Amino acid sequence: MRPSWDFGLGPGRLEALWNESAEVRGESPGQLAWKHVKASRAMRACLLLLALVGLTSLFAPLLPLPSPMALALETEPRPPRLFGSGQAWSAADYWELNPLDEKLLALRAKLFGEWQTPAWMGTDAKGRDMLARIVWGSRTSILVALAATLCSLLVGVSYGATAGYFGGRVDNWMMRVVDVLYSIPFIFLVIFLISVLNEYRSELSRLGVGPMTVFYVVIGLVYWLTMARVVRGQVLALRESEFIQAARAQGASFARILGVHLIPNTLSVVIVYLTLTVPSVMLFEAFLSFLGLGVAPPKVSWGLLAAESIEAINPIHTFWWLVVWPAAAMGSTLLALNVLGDGLRDALDPRHGKSNR
Amino acid sequence: MRRFLLRRTLWFALTLWAVITVSFFLMRSVRGGPFSSERSLHPAVEANLEARYHLDWPLWKQYLHYLGPLNLDEQGATWLGGSGEDLWGGVLTGELGPSFKYRDFTVNEIIAQSLPISLALGSVALLWAVLVGGSTGILSSLRPGGRLDLGLRLFATAGVALPNFVIAGALILLFGFQLELLPVAGWGSFSHLVLPGIALGAPFAAYISRLTRTGMLEALAQDHVRTARAKGLPEHLVLSRHTLRGALLPVVSYLGPAAAGILTGSLVIERIFAIPGTGSHFVNSALNRDYTLSMGVTILYTTLVYGLNFLVDLTYTLLDPRIRLEEA
Amino acid sequence: MPVVVAMRGVRSRRSSAALLLLGALALGAWSLVGKARLVRADFVMANGGEVTSLDPARVTGVPEGRVLYALFEGLVVKHPQTLEPLPGMARSWEISEDGRRYTFHLRPEARWSNGDPLFASDVEWSWRRLLHPDTAAEYAYQLWGVVAARAFSHHPRDRGLFLEQGLWVEARADTLRLGLQPPSPELLDGGPPLVLRCTPGESFERGDVLIQVGERELSAPFSGRCRAHNLPPPTGEGPVDPYAADWLLEWEASSDELEQARAQGRLLEGSELEQALWDRVGIRALDEHTLVVDLVHPTPYFLQLTGYYPLFPVHRRSLEEARRRNPKTWRRQWLAPENLVTNGPFALYERRINDRLRLRKNPYYWDADRVAMDTIDILAADNYGTLLNLYLTGEVDWIDRAPPNLVPRLLEREDFRPTPYLGVYFYRVNVTRPPLDDRRVRTALALSIDREAICEKIVKKGEQPNWGLVPHGMPGYRRAEMKHAPRKGGSPRVAFEADCERARALLAEAGFGPGGKELGEIELLYNTSEAHRDIAEVVADGWRRHLGVDARLVNQEWKVYLDTQVQLDYDVSRSSWIADYADPNNFLSVFVGSGENNRTGWSDPAYDEWIERAAREADPARRAELLRAAEEILVRELPILPIYTYVSTNLVKPRLGGFHENVQDDHLPKFLYWMDDEELERSRQARAAGSQVSPGGPDSGLYPPAAARGAER
Repeated sequence: MRPSWDFGLGPGRLEALWNESAEVRGESPGQLAWKHVKASRAMRACLLLLALVGLTSLFAPLLPLPSPMALALETEPRPPRLFGSGQAWSAADYWELNPLDEKLLALRAKLFGEWQTPAWMGTDAKGRDMLARIVWGSRTSILVALAATLCSLLVGVSYGATAGYFGGRVDNWMMRVVDVLYSIPFIFLVIFLISVLNEYRSELSRLGVGPMTVFYVVIGLVYWLTMARVVRGQVLALRESEFIQAARAQGASFARILGVHLIPNTLSVVIVYLTLTVPSVMLFEAFLSFLGLGVAPPKVSWGLLAAESIEAINPIHTFWWLVVWPAAAMGSTLLALNVLGDGLRDALDPRHGKSNR
Repeated sequence: MRRFLLRRTLWFALTLWAVITVSFFLMRSVRGGPFSSERSLHPAVEANLEARYHLDWPLWKQYLHYLGPLNLDEQGATWLGGSGEDLWGGVLTGELGPSFKYRDFTVNEIIAQSLPISLALGSVALLWAVLVGGSTGILSSLRPGGRLDLGLRLFATAGVALPNFVIAGALILLFGFQLELLPVAGWGSFSHLVLPGIALGAPFAAYISRLTRTGMLEALAQDHVRTARAKGLPEHLVLSRHTLRGALLPVVSYLGPAAAGILTGSLVIERIFAIPGTGSHFVNSALNRDYTLSMGVTILYTTLVYGLNFLVDLTYTLLDPRIRLEEA
Repeated sequence: MPVVVAMRGVRSRRSSAALLLLGALALGAWSLVGKARLVRADFVMANGGEVTSLDPARVTGVPEGRVLYALFEGLVVKHPQTLEPLPGMARSWEISEDGRRYTFHLRPEARWSNGDPLFASDVEWSWRRLLHPDTAAEYAYQLWGVVAARAFSHHPRDRGLFLEQGLWVEARADTLRLGLQPPSPELLDGGPPLVLRCTPGESFERGDVLIQVGERELSAPFSGRCRAHNLPPPTGEGPVDPYAADWLLEWEASSDELEQARAQGRLLEGSELEQALWDRVGIRALDEHTLVVDLVHPTPYFLQLTGYYPLFPVHRRSLEEARRRNPKTWRRQWLAPENLVTNGPFALYERRINDRLRLRKNPYYWDADRVAMDTIDILAADNYGTLLNLYLTGEVDWIDRAPPNLVPRLLEREDFRPTPYLGVYFYRVNVTRPPLDDRRVRTALALSIDREAICEKIVKKGEQPNWGLVPHGMPGYRRAEMKHAPRKGGSPRVAFEADCERARALLAEAGFGPGGKELGEIELLYNTSEAHRDIAEVVADGWRRHLGVDARLVNQEWKVYLDTQVQLDYDVSRSSWIADYADPNNFLSVFVGSGENNRTGWSDPAYDEWIERAAREADPARRAELLRAAEEILVRELPILPIYTYVSTNLVKPRLGGFHENVQDDHLPKFLYWMDDEELERSRQARAAGSQVSPGGPDSGLYPPAAARGAER
């Protein structure tokens, strides 16, 4: 039997397949996951935290925070202050914003007027509010992470599952390609791409492609490799199992076996890897910032804040607020992602529910 | 088995060739050269330098010269116009060429000096990661959702939740300055390895812990484990005989590439702790446009990754009889 | 057929095998580390990076310089405080009336670290090596002030050569190529730029006037056809840039004529040719201990140069031996610790790449009795935080950098005393791009940089705002400054506001700003570094706030940044320049029209002329005035936006004696020693009293009172 590569099942067909599988199992993975999240207090807390982070980063311009980019030079970073009059701000304190953010900023002016928060988390060496920088920094970090993860998910899962399903020669060739890509140190690719993009920076900006967009693509293009390997390993193990044999014996198509039987069964591992990918993308961004190849001002990211904080950890005088707050923001977000990922794994594993409860 | 090995070796050669070729032309197409500096060279001096390193040759000739095994320079074979003093050279003969940046060394010498250091640090980190990650993973899988599980997971996650330079900084401040237990940086004694080892291994420990936990839970849910339990097998035997092996699959598949990364060193850790390993060369050679050195470390990395992946595949078949080593 | 691997019997042992493997790895690590242990050196310094090479002819950087100053010694040595030349390998010297002939008398007692005596011929040979094209020395040009040295640097290797009036001809089968690639300086000496009368492809007869150099006319050596490659337009008459490298004139000559030339002895080849060329170079060892150098122009800084590391002598015998032993690896072999022979206060003992260099006192050094340290370690670590940690734990005695955030705290310490040195931080402007081709726009940009804020709030070590190219503290030179509101007396804030006011007026005058044209976005290029980024942020902020000019920051990694600058693919670009020797010419000659480091697209014949005239001037005072006239043009035209003069950032153990702050931040290990308690106390008191500690010691006042062998810390 020559398996078909044809995913073109028609618009309704895949959905029907999905529904069918949901009926068989009684509950869709989504429902299962939701049930699980509702049941666990830790997971509810994590979800809440992530939602909070997501919302604040999305609506950062709306918040009455000092500008994360305008300079107010000081000789040293200043420790947190609970009270004190936040100085008045003006639209001139913000630049290089997209139109939506400009609207949000205008809305903020209407809502809060000139009022802004005092430096609750202290200021950095250039007098900028740490809280504002963390909130605005989350935008870059989250965007990079999401884009890269999505990229790795789409490419990695389909590639890995296909390789694993066919096995043999196809698998061998496909995995060797992954091996070659794996064996090129990633940093080469990054440096190469960054330099190429620098050369064409004016052309790119005319097309509306910012340097950040490229970042996402580059990072995503690398992280699919691990995903592909993992999914392939799972599928390889699964395809020998009885229920796949049975499905094949019944004459199920390639797409059906892959979509209905194999991929759902790899979901638990995929989710674990996803929740690992998001953190590692964020950490990679931090690494680039450490090398100085990260975002350029006025943009700010968590990685940049973390990289700037190394200097603050020193035996002469520790500017703890430069370390603690960014680390706390980054740490708690990644922690929540991890806990959520683990929980989802428990919920989604088709075999898990039977044995442990 | 022999045919499998043969095939793998062939594949390895092919991969290596592909990697060398891709990186060679990638490197040469990046802007800036090994000799560009803040003080521009006089054109004549630059020409002299380029001639000395054969950068004035056409690219294909540089590539062939680099790849070997024929030495194409003025000491090469007489039928190629050389003096015939030195017929062979290039990667195929194991010569990775002189470094552009560190002019007193060949790439072989640089790797020979720095790799053992990275290997030493890497094994310490790996040992720490496997021991801590594995044990916490197993422990927390025994009672998922329990307090121990949660605590251990929090602990393990710290490694992936923070950049390792932050962790390193905190470790230095705590153990180097507050407790004055360990040296803050440098290279020369085993105590110099502890802090960088922990910092380097922390993210890996976290991954391993999570993978072990996931794998354990999965394995514990398997029918044969239930059977074993039903048989009344003591719990530790159930774990060691029936679950651990299956649970280790994802860990092993992760360990392959992770070990390659960890053994070749890390720029961040090496810089913060002033350790003369290979890790810094990966980034610096590319930034310095040290063509030969960056090609050298790429080849090293490829070899390690390939070798370790091969080990992983081998281990897979040993751990899970359902998977076979198939011929392509 | 699938191969099934089944090894059931081994399974139980497998996990223990894995553990064993890891254990073995750890054990290996242990044993490896054990071998790496070294006893702490008497003095440990951090060098900020692994050195490129130990070959004086093959390096250009500050870290390399520090190592070479310990290993080698030039004809003179810099005074640790004033940097005046002191006797080194040369015991004494004479300078001729016109300032163009230097006669050095070498020390009869000078020795190499293997005991060999050091002769004047060693110096001649080393300098010849520096100039030789095979060496491909980046700093070969440091000697180009010597008669005919430049031509020697350019001579074609392994090719035939015809010598006439300093031109060479490359012989290839039956073609002769007359190379003017580029011509030697003495060919151009005393005349206006070269005029070529040659139309490519045109035939001419032997003896046709082809090249006119000043008053002289050189004739074509042979009849034939002229072919020109890459001749700069116009290819007919008109001045041609003699320094452009890629143009070439060719003659086709018959083999008869070639034979004839050979018979007449006009055609030299290989080593014969090299020797013939060298014979014309103004460097000659008269006897074992006398070296004579002839310069093209009186060069007041030449004496300083002979103490600069590219001009250090190298040991001929060990190089030649290494070459004989292994023709393939000798270029590296002679530098290995077991082979390297040096003539400085220290010799190389061990070298670990990216880790450290261990040096040991050279017992044969002529002044060995007064070298205090027995061993020196030079670390390659470069991370700010790491170095500070090592310093604070006492692992390192001297570090040369500090995290900017901590500067205010460090300034409270006694061991951190930044002092100005000869380096400038500035921005280059690409004057070929509108609107930056307008001098008024450039001036406006220069005026609205808040230099005080950058110095006080960003770099913080006491850097001084700069309004010209030459740094503060240049000895014997009065700096030219661009026009700006006076800072003295009044508040810098008020003055800066006044400057911004003038900047806005200038922009309006140029037709930009409110009611005028849109200035557009200016791209501010900097290379990857937190420090550069911070300064760029302040500059961009000033332009945005005070001029309403949008500046976008562009961060590029080092090599790309350099390329972008060379290609003039930028608007404004961060730059800096550090002095090789204490002379304003070192800075000003960068911006002559043909200079390869110009990188702004700016050129001004008047400027070039002042520089040229200064080069010929023997009188130091008049020379300084000529250079100042050039700088006046520069600060009026502003192809650069000056920002500040550098200061050094040394953190040094207070007990370290012989370490003096100086304008080049040079600290020769030869003079270093550890003070005893009494002396430390005295130096502390002196410092508290606000005076620079005067170097105590014998005659020249350079040596420690107790610099006897093995002075204790």
